[in-house]
Amino acid sequence: MRARERWRSFWLHLAITPLALLWLAPLWLMLVFATLPETGIFSTPTPLVPGGEFMKNLQNLQADTNFLRTIFNSVLVSGVYTLLSLILTSMAGYAFARFNFVGKGVVFALVIATLTIPYFVVVIPQYILVAREARWLLAAIVLALILGALALGFSAWSQRLSRQAQLGGWAAFAIAAVALVALSLPSLGNLFAEVRLTNTYWAVILPALANSLGVFFMRQNFLAVPVSLLEAARIDGASEWRIFFQIAFPLVRPAMAALGIILFLTAWNDYLWPLLVLNDKEAYTAPVALGTLVGLTRVSWGGIMVGAVLMTVPFLILFLFLQRYFLAGITAGAVKD
Amino acid sequence: MRQRNLIPYTFLLPYLAVFALFWAWPILSSLLTSFQNTRVVPNTWDFSANWGRLVQDPFFWEALRNTLFILLVQVPLMLALAVALAVALNSQLLKLKGFYRFAFFAPVVVGAVAYSAVFRLLFNTQSGAVNNLLASFSLPPIDWLYNPTAAMAVIVITITWRWTGYNAIIILAGLQSIPKELYEAANIDGASPWQQFWSITLPSIRPVLLFCLVLSIIGTLQLFTEPFLITNGGPGNATTTLGVYLYQQGFRSFNFGYASAIAYSVALLAAVFSLLQMRLFGRDS
Repeated sequence: MRARERWRSFWLHLAITPLALLWLAPLWLMLVFATLPETGIFSTPTPLVPGGEFMKNLQNLQADTNFLRTIFNSVLVSGVYTLLSLILTSMAGYAFARFNFVGKGVVFALVIATLTIPYFVVVIPQYILVAREARWLLAAIVLALILGALALGFSAWSQRLSRQAQLGGWAAFAIAAVALVALSLPSLGNLFAEVRLTNTYWAVILPALANSLGVFFMRQNFLAVPVSLLEAARIDGASEWRIFFQIAFPLVRPAMAALGIILFLTAWNDYLWPLLVLNDKEAYTAPVALGTLVGLTRVSWGGIMVGAVLMTVPFLILFLFLQRYFLAGITAGAVKD
Repeated sequence: MRQRNLIPYTFLLPYLAVFALFWAWPILSSLLTSFQNTRVVPNTWDFSANWGRLVQDPFFWEALRNTLFILLVQVPLMLALAVALAVALNSQLLKLKGFYRFAFFAPVVVGAVAYSAVFRLLFNTQSGAVNNLLASFSLPPIDWLYNPTAAMAVIVITITWRWTGYNAIIILAGLQSIPKELYEAANIDGASPWQQFWSITLPSIRPVLLFCLVLSIIGTLQLFTEPFLITNGGPGNATTTLGVYLYQQGFRSFNFGYASAIAYSVALLAAVFSLLQMRLFGRDS
């Protein structure tokens, strides 16, 4: 019996090891190519050992496209998106998990149904909304802000929040308003002249906030929070917002981390949508900038590989250490506990 | 208590505002747009301008054929490989699990643009790594990016590299939720590993596999970045997918009406495939 298992183990390793190396090869060669001169990349046999030209290639990449600026854009866009999306989806998920209200079933079914609807169906209207008729979009945002302020004021009044909580709420609202203006700045002049959101950070961030997987995932996690904890707080007279932020929220932190990582990664790697709404080199996100280089004939491939490395390696390192959270985010919605 | 009743809406409102604006309305809007002639100003209602053109458009049919080819060849291949990998990674006989997991799961964090650039380079005809490898076995070089069949193979290989690990992660999670007692009982009954796989493992992961299948099909129907960047839909239109064709019609020619019709045909295909799967595999789950 032991011998048979040892043989099985041997055959298993014999089959899987070449496959694993094959799977790692593109990533290893990406690293190697990023450190070689052009003549090294296009030589036979394929070089397998890194060279010393990384900085030179980075300079080429900077000359071809201002890549470090686009990395900055990507960090900002993905960061703001992740933060906002976490707030929106966890609030919505909490509402679906913890309250009963008129229309809950219909709205939830509608949100979940979009999980199986191809993104292509909405991309054209989204584009028209953002790049062609942004005045409607702006009107809608202003309306949402006013409604949000009213809702906040209402809940502050009805829940008799402490003064600090009210101040906190208004401060958050003010920060959101300032951020809204600030993130639109790069093309604010453009904005008023043609009423387009093209080339703004908001153009990239806003449509993706309608992320239904996040709502589903957060709902599942809030459902797992023991009701007794929330009821106890309710009996103690805590407001609903306080229960949400101080009791429910800390309990789902690991889920938030998993979702946050996946949201950031998705935004970081997104290509089609930023390609559509960004056409100014300074506003490009990193994938858009790199994508424009791939199609060119006279271009530094060492530079492109440096770009690919800069986009990829931070996440490979994160993946090594936080694999648990990545996997939890990826399996979200797949496995019912 | 009346006040309490409004509270859930304040939690929902911010998300629902974005959802209504960027998903609910666009779903309806693009359906309407697909019935409009958007090549005249102002746009006019025309029920056959786009859908009529669609059925006669040879480029659409070629894009559809390419997409379905990838769907029918790549998806089953990838899922079979993903099941095998998941079983291997779940096996107690495997040493160095961390290394193998990293090798197969790492592509999950790599962006489509980054790996498309890398694969374009690897499949370079003159001295790409793949042709160099072929040469070391004394095999003739293949003109990967400029031969229709080979270009399609490159797309299939690239997607398989990126998504096999992703599906293996999901299947692995499914495997880990199978009760161990089932296997212990099977061992006592003297069932071989092969028999155990067919009668315990596969039936247990059927719901998870179905989930992977649905996601893969929707993903493949929307394939865009890889053919766009690696082969630019070529040579000719040999790797033009529905995604690439929609991009060309919608955002190169700015014919929103026609592009909306293409988008809705993708949605129709997704719906048909989903229904088909439910009928075939989803009976009791």
